[in-house]
Amino acid sequence: MLGRTANGLFWMFRYLERAENTARLLDAGLRMALTRDIVTAEEEWRSVIATAGQRPAYEAKHGTYTGQQAWNFILREKDNSSSILAMFGQVRQNARLARNAISSELWEAVNENWLKIKDQLAKPVGENRVLETVATIRRAGTMARGAMEGSMLREAGYHFAQAGAFIERGDSVARILDIKYYLLLPSLSYVGSSLDKGQWDQVLRSVSGDRAFRWLNAGQIDARGICDFLILDDCFPRSLAFCHSELRANLAALARLHGAEGESNVLMRDADTRLANLTIDDVFDQGLHQFLVDFMKSNAAIGNAIAQDYRFLS
Amino acid sequence: MSGSADQFDEMREPDGGVREAYQGYCSWFDDQKTGLLRRKHAEAETNFRKTGITFNVYGEDEAEERLIPFDMVPRIISAAEWRKLTRGIEQRVSALNAFMHDLYHRQEIIRAGRIPERLFRNNDAWLPHMVGFTPPGGVYTHIVGIDLVRTGPDEFYVLEDNARTPSGVSYMLENRETMMTMFPELFMRLPVEQVSDYPRRLAKSLAACAPQRTEGKPVVAVLTPGIYNSAYFEHAFLAEQMGAELIEGSDLRVTNGRVAMRTTRGYEPVDVIYRRVDDDFLDPLTFRDDSALGVPGIMDVYRAGGVTIANAPGTGVADDKAIYSFMPEIVEFYTGEKPLLPNVETHRCADEDSCKYVLDNLAELVVKEVHGSGGYGMLIGPTASKKEIEEFRKKIAAKPENYIAQPTLALSTCPIFTKNGLAPRHVDLRPFVLVSPDKIDITPGGLTRVALKKGSLVVNSSQGGGTKDTWVLKD
Repeated sequence: MLGRTANGLFWMFRYLERAENTARLLDAGLRMALTRDIVTAEEEWRSVIATAGQRPAYEAKHGTYTGQQAWNFILREKDNSSSILAMFGQVRQNARLARNAISSELWEAVNENWLKIKDQLAKPVGENRVLETVATIRRAGTMARGAMEGSMLREAGYHFAQAGAFIERGDSVARILDIKYYLLLPSLSYVGSSLDKGQWDQVLRSVSGDRAFRWLNAGQIDARGICDFLILDDCFPRSLAFCHSELRANLAALARLHGAEGESNVLMRDADTRLANLTIDDVFDQGLHQFLVDFMKSNAAIGNAIAQDYRFLS
Repeated sequence: MSGSADQFDEMREPDGGVREAYQGYCSWFDDQKTGLLRRKHAEAETNFRKTGITFNVYGEDEAEERLIPFDMVPRIISAAEWRKLTRGIEQRVSALNAFMHDLYHRQEIIRAGRIPERLFRNNDAWLPHMVGFTPPGGVYTHIVGIDLVRTGPDEFYVLEDNARTPSGVSYMLENRETMMTMFPELFMRLPVEQVSDYPRRLAKSLAACAPQRTEGKPVVAVLTPGIYNSAYFEHAFLAEQMGAELIEGSDLRVTNGRVAMRTTRGYEPVDVIYRRVDDDFLDPLTFRDDSALGVPGIMDVYRAGGVTIANAPGTGVADDKAIYSFMPEIVEFYTGEKPLLPNVETHRCADEDSCKYVLDNLAELVVKEVHGSGGYGMLIGPTASKKEIEEFRKKIAAKPENYIAQPTLALSTCPIFTKNGLAPRHVDLRPFVLVSPDKIDITPGGLTRVALKKGSLVVNSSQGGGTKDTWVLKD
């Protein structure tokens, strides 16, 4: 496979994951806003924009936080290069680049959804359409993944796509947790203290883990428990541990297919050592923020090493 | 729905009867409800959008990708007609290939005084770098599109030879795919030759042209200018269908006397490059040093027999409309036979007498630039305004050798589906021809382009033309 094609597959799935994660975040914000009064709703939207990592860009454009403004910014704002519309445009662009390496089923899933999303985001999205639009975006991710699972050869291309998806997912969950942690807990003494259950609920919803968490924890909501779940529970398909082990499996497959290990496999082993036998107490002992920052750094370094090892760009 | 007396309708006899090739289709059509057909018509467009079979349009931000309109009434050719066409096309393509070889070697045809030397001396597509070199297997024109028009029951003419980088074959394939999805029962009832194995035939034909030193199974790759090229969809589509890599110039480099592509394992040699870039963009060392699209040194490897480039550089000479006007002589010179498929009568403005005739009859003629393509830079006398005609008169007078003129042909018509039922529109036909050292392979079918405007003779997609599925019937 061409290095350039591998790069296309990797980023196609990174952007797909990113668009979907942003849609989940928006979904959580919307559901929260439905149950709030106007004043707290404004806080809510500030928090959603911040969690999406789009606060500087948003505030450069808008002075206030209203729902319509916030979700349209995230969904389709022209000046926002991280809008969902722009991200999905990148998904399709990369799918076109890698067109001869993906199945027709996958291509059509991406292309059809791109047409739908482009159409739904052609005009500003009002209250009556916003949930439906977010659902379309989330479904687009599901369809693309389903098409890939059911129709793509388990060759290098599949593993590049998967590696991109899990690097992105791990990064996104770590970032949501990190930002929320700061927003929610002005000081460490708050850990375990009475907290805004609604806010933690939103963290879970943002990663579509609310049901799963409640299923496992019988309705108990506490910060430590949630962090344990989102970081270390390898049954939950969006936890850092799960993303990590999926990434490891895909990198191992790539090394096997290429007959040699590279820098990415070395970095992966280092990360393994750090995460092995880790408990949530260890995480809090070294500081949650520090832990998450280290995780994101290591994740990014592995991503760069993949690009080097497999000649994505040169 | 009936053809007028002066133009040949491929479905209907002048008295309204259905011609034999269309009888099966028409009896099916008559049983269909119009409402259902209308719905299907709309479905077809959705299907094309879904599969992404679009062409890119430059300079239009919003409508960056467009669809070529598709008409769901097939263009049908009988087995006997196709056999005749096939023989004519084979003859023409083998003459073209021999002509290319001769042009770049002894130039016997010029020595024999059959065509003037200036024809290619002044031709930008003629490449001095190809002189004295024979491409692997002796093949110059690996993929050819021969544009045909029809004027009567037994009258087919060649309108153009496309030997540079003919495009449109993905439409032949997707049009059929769409027809099969919409009307499967038609293909169960009627004996239509399949076209879907074209990518397999292409892969096989290209592999058969691999350089002699190739070891094992030849590695074939499609070279595209990139995702912003108007035909990128087709490049990607063909690569995917052939199971070939889709490469850009930036993926390639010359190492150890081979052309190699950057794979995830490092640089790996390529044996056959099906290039969809122009000659100028192949090798910045040889052709254009401002080109970012080429592969420095690829021509040296090529000349040393290290890689096959399809089509061979320099074959664009054959697309020239002044060369076209000599095709009857060319066919006869190399095959020793009279051409089976005639040319459209062509006046070369380079000849003084012809030029005078052309200038005197501009209102009746079609004038074309010799290097033009895509329906641009041409004058259609009968539909042109006085002003346009006068503008052309000046252009021709200033540079007569740049123009040829042809009579306005009464192109055949084939019905399209309109709001008000079937209505005849003018069509042409581009069959696709594959050339390998021991075979000329013509896929039974092709791309039918259709003028969607009533009375219009311009079928080019860049100017509002559409396409149809093209059926060749089995005996």
